[in-house]
Amino acid sequence: MTLDTGKDTGTAPGDDAAAAKRLDTVEYAERTPDAGQPWKELGLKEDEYARIREILGRRPTGAELAMYSVMWSEHCSYKSSKVHLKQFGEKAPRTDALLVGIGENAGVVDVGQGYAVTFKIESHNHPSYIEPYQGAATGVGGIVRDILAMGARPVAVMDPLRFGAADHPDTRRVLPGIVAGVGGYGNCLGLPNIGGEVVFDPCYQGNPLVNALCVGVMKHEDIHLAQASGPGNKVILYGARTGGDGIGGVSVLASETFDSTGPSRRPAVQVGDPFQEKLLIECTLEIFREQLVAGIQDLGGAGLSCATSELASAGSGGMRVELDTVPLRDATLSPEEILMSESQERMCAIVEPGKVDRFMEICEKWDVIATVIGEVTDGSQLEIFWHGERIVDVPPRSVAHDGPTYHRPYARPEWQDALQADSADKLARPANADELRAQVLQLVGSPNQASKAWVTDQYDRFVQGNTVLAQPEDSGMIRIDEDTNLGVAVATDGNGRFTKLDPYTGAQLALAEAYRNVAASGAKPLAISDCLNFGSPEDPAVMWQFAEATRGLADGCLQLGTPVTGGNVSLYNQTGDVAIHPTPVVAVLGVIDDVDRRTPMAFKDEGHLLYLLGDTRAEFGGSAWSQVVHDHLGGLPPAVDLDRERLLGEILISASRDGMIDAAHDLSDGGLVQAVTESCLRGGHGARLVVPDGLDAFTFLFSESAGRAVVAVPRSEELRFTDMCGARGLPAARIGVVDGETVEVQGEFGIPLSELRAAYDGTIPALLA
Amino acid sequence: MTARVGVVTFPGTLDDRDTQRAVRVAGAEAVPLWHRDKDLKQVDAVVLPGGFSYGDYLRAGAISRFSPVMETIIEQAKAGMPVLGICNGFQVLTETHLLPGAMLRNDNLHFVCRDQKLRVETSATAWTADFTDGQEISIPLKNIDGRYTAAERVLDELEAEGRVVFRYAGPGADGRAGGAGPTAGGYGNPNGSLRDIAGISNAAGNVVGLMPHPEHAVEPLIGTGRTDGLGFFTSVLKKLVAA
Repeated sequence: MTLDTGKDTGTAPGDDAAAAKRLDTVEYAERTPDAGQPWKELGLKEDEYARIREILGRRPTGAELAMYSVMWSEHCSYKSSKVHLKQFGEKAPRTDALLVGIGENAGVVDVGQGYAVTFKIESHNHPSYIEPYQGAATGVGGIVRDILAMGARPVAVMDPLRFGAADHPDTRRVLPGIVAGVGGYGNCLGLPNIGGEVVFDPCYQGNPLVNALCVGVMKHEDIHLAQASGPGNKVILYGARTGGDGIGGVSVLASETFDSTGPSRRPAVQVGDPFQEKLLIECTLEIFREQLVAGIQDLGGAGLSCATSELASAGSGGMRVELDTVPLRDATLSPEEILMSESQERMCAIVEPGKVDRFMEICEKWDVIATVIGEVTDGSQLEIFWHGERIVDVPPRSVAHDGPTYHRPYARPEWQDALQADSADKLARPANADELRAQVLQLVGSPNQASKAWVTDQYDRFVQGNTVLAQPEDSGMIRIDEDTNLGVAVATDGNGRFTKLDPYTGAQLALAEAYRNVAASGAKPLAISDCLNFGSPEDPAVMWQFAEATRGLADGCLQLGTPVTGGNVSLYNQTGDVAIHPTPVVAVLGVIDDVDRRTPMAFKDEGHLLYLLGDTRAEFGGSAWSQVVHDHLGGLPPAVDLDRERLLGEILISASRDGMIDAAHDLSDGGLVQAVTESCLRGGHGARLVVPDGLDAFTFLFSESAGRAVVAVPRSEELRFTDMCGARGLPAARIGVVDGETVEVQGEFGIPLSELRAAYDGTIPALLA
Repeated sequence: MTARVGVVTFPGTLDDRDTQRAVRVAGAEAVPLWHRDKDLKQVDAVVLPGGFSYGDYLRAGAISRFSPVMETIIEQAKAGMPVLGICNGFQVLTETHLLPGAMLRNDNLHFVCRDQKLRVETSATAWTADFTDGQEISIPLKNIDGRYTAAERVLDELEAEGRVVFRYAGPGADGRAGGAGPTAGGYGNPNGSLRDIAGISNAAGNVVGLMPHPEHAVEPLIGTGRTDGLGFFTSVLKKLVAA
C-alpha cells in the first residue's frame, strides 16, 4: 500500500515524487489539510472519513487513517450489529457464574472448585474461501490466542463448518483445504478437537462458514485483562516477526461482499505457523505463572492498531510506541503496513519495568522474540513514532470504541410470507413400509446426516489426555481436574434452514439444541458464546433476519438462564445479491462435577429399554427429511418451548448423576430414526422399536420436534426413571429395546446394522476421498 | 525407591504432560527433561514423547536430534538405558540412528487419528515385557508422517533378529471396520508402512520406537476407554525394579 499524498496542493508540481515518499507525520498533516487520502480504498465511507477529521481537528496521517480504517471496519467495530447486540447485556439472566462478561477477549465462567473456564467462538469465513488452508488454520490460531490472553491454558477446540452442496466441484476445492488447515494448525498446537459440525447446503456455495471455538481453563486468580495502566510500564511485543500478510484483513476482506470480477484478495489472508504459536502458549503460561504482566492482549484482526488502541483505551489512556522497533519479516514495510498487518502468533504485554528482565528470560527460554516497543504514559493520547517522528497522535478510545454506530434499516422481506405458506405438510409421504425403509436409508446416507469421520479423523482428539467425550458424541467433554474429576462439556449447533423460515425461532432452536446436547451428556449448561453468520447488513431483509435472530437468542438465554459471554458477528456472507441462510451458531458450555457420571450416546448393552422423552408432533418444516427426499424448504420450523428444554435438561442430568440411564442422544436433524441409528452404530447393537400409540410410523421416525431425547435405561432402573419423569411432568414413552443386529420398526421394516453402516459411513469418503 | 522415568520436552513437543501422567499412573516418578539440558537428572529410563518438535521443520525429528539432551540420551541408550520414542519421539530416534529406517508421509496424504489395533510381535524388549507374544492391543494413532520405510535388507534383518516389535493389525477397535476416515478400505495398516511395521527396537531391546500412542490409553475414563497402553510403562518399571 502506498499512501497517495501526491495530490498535495501545497507543494510545487515538481515535488510530487518527493511528496509521495515523504513520511506523513502529524506535523505534515497539519500543514497539508487538503492532501488527498485513500480512505475509500481502505474501506471507509465518506462520512466516516469526515468524522475522523472532526475527531482529530485535522486530516489524519496515513498511519492514523490506516488505524481508523481497520478499527472502524464492520469486523472490528460491530457498527451495524451493536445496536442489536446490546440486548445480550440488557436481557442477561442473573447468574453468579459469570466472572468476566462481554467486551473482553473472551468471557469467563465460574465452574466451581476455584476453576474458571473461558470459551469463545469466532468466524474466519472470508479468508477460508480465498485460501482454504491458511484461512482455516489462522482461524484456529486467532481464537486460541484470545483464550490464552485471558490467562487460561487452552484445552480444546471445536470447528463448526458449513459448505456448499456436497457434490459441487468447488466444495471439493474448499473442504479438504479447510479441514487440513483446521487439523494442521490445531494438531500441531496439541489441542484436542472434540466437536463441531459439518453441514452442506447450496446456500453456502461461495461463502463457506468456518467458525472456530476454543475452551481454556484457569484458576480464578489467574484471570488477566486487556488493559494498559501504570505510567512507565513497558509495552512488549512478543512472538512472531511482523510481515506483510493479512494487511486489511478485517476491512477489505471481512467487511465487504465478494465481487467475483475484482482482483485477487489473497494478500489479505494471513499465513500461520502453529509451531510459533505453541511456543507462544507455553511461554505466555510461564509468564502468567510468575505474574509478570499487568495487562495483555493478543494480536488478531487489525494487528497492532487494535492491540495498542484497545490496551491504551482500557487503561489510563496514554501510550507511546516506537514503531520502528517492531521486528520485521520484511524490512520494506511502511509504518502504515506495520500497523495494519495481521501477521499471526503475536501478543502484546504491559509489564512493570522491574519485571522486564525476567519476562525477557522466559521468552528467550522458549525461543520467542520479545521487544520493548513503547511504554504507558500519563497522558491521554496514543502516540506512535517512526524513527523519532510522530506519525500518530490520537485519543485511543476514538479508535478502539468510538467507531460509528449504524441503525441500518431493516424490514421483513416480502418473500417471507410465501416461504412460510409453502408448508412441508403437503409433501408426499412414503406410501408404504418399503418406501419408508428406503427413505430411512436415503436420510442416513445423505451428506448432512452421514458420518463425518472422514473429516474428524484428521483432527487429534486425544492429545492432553483429558478427553472424556469427543465427536460424534452429543458434546465434547474435557476433564479439568484429575483428582476431583471435575469436567466441562461444550456443544455447538446451528440450523440455517430453520432460521431462514423464522429467524427468531431458528436462533432459539440453535440455542435449545446445543443446550440439550450438553445436558444429554450429563453436564449442566452454564453460559453461551455465539457466532452470528449473516449476509450483507446493507440489505434490509438481512438486517431483519439479524434483528430477529438476536432478539430470539437474547430472549432464549434469559429464559434458560444462560448468559451470552461473547462471540463474534460475521456479516457480508453473500455473493452478489444472494445471502447465505441466516446462520447463528450457538456454543453452550456446561459443567459436570464428576466426569465418571457422563452419559455417552452408544447403545452398548442388549436388553436396555429405550425411552423417548418429550412430545412428538408432525413437524417437518425445514427438516432433514424435507431436504433429502423433496429438496424442499418452506413452512415453519418446529415450535420451541424453552421451559420444556430446561425440564428435559434437568431430567437428563439427574438421570446421569444417579445412574438411571446408560446412554442418551438428543433428537435433532433427521429425527428419531437418525438418533437411534447413530447410537446403534456407535454401540454395535441393534434396536427393536414400536411405534407409540397416537403416532404414525412416519411422524415417529422423521419428525424434528424440539425438546426431545432418546435414552437407554437398564431394566433395574426403569421404575425409578419413569417415576422421576412422571413426577416432574416430562412425557416419557417406552419405544423399544436394545437388541440384535438390526434396527427394526415393528410391523414396518427392519434394516441390518451392516446396511445402515454402509450408508452412514460410505457417503462422505465417496464424495471427497 | 521408585523408578525415575524422564520425559523430554523439545520446543513443539505436545504429549509430554500426558506421558508424565502415564508414568505416574504406572507407579513411577515422572521427571521432566528440557531439551537444552544435557543433565538427565539420574533417571532410569527416558521417553521421547509425541508432538511436532521444531514444527517438523526440515524433516520430523531432524532438528531435535541435535539438541543437547539427545547427546546424553544417545550415550546412555548405547549403554543400555531403556528409551521409548513415541510418534515424533520415534522419528527422533531414527534421525539419531539408534533405530534404523525413516518415516514418510502417510500414503493417503492425510493426518490420521483413530483407535488402532496392534499386534505385539515380541515381549522381549524393555517396554513390552508385560505383554505376550502375538497379543493384540488397541491404542490411539495420530500422525501425518507415519509411514515406516527402510531398505529391504534392513527390513529382513529386523525380522530375522526379532526386532519388529509392533505390527498394525485388524480394523480399528472402535468397531468402524476399516475406519470410515481417510483410511477407508485400508484395513489394519493405516498409512502404507512397509510390512505393516508400527514399531521396532534396537538389537539390545532397550530402545523401542513406535508411531501409535500408548500414553493416551492408560485410564478407563479417558480417550478410547481402554488401558492397553499401560503395559508399556509397567514393563519398564518391572525391569528397572528387578535390576
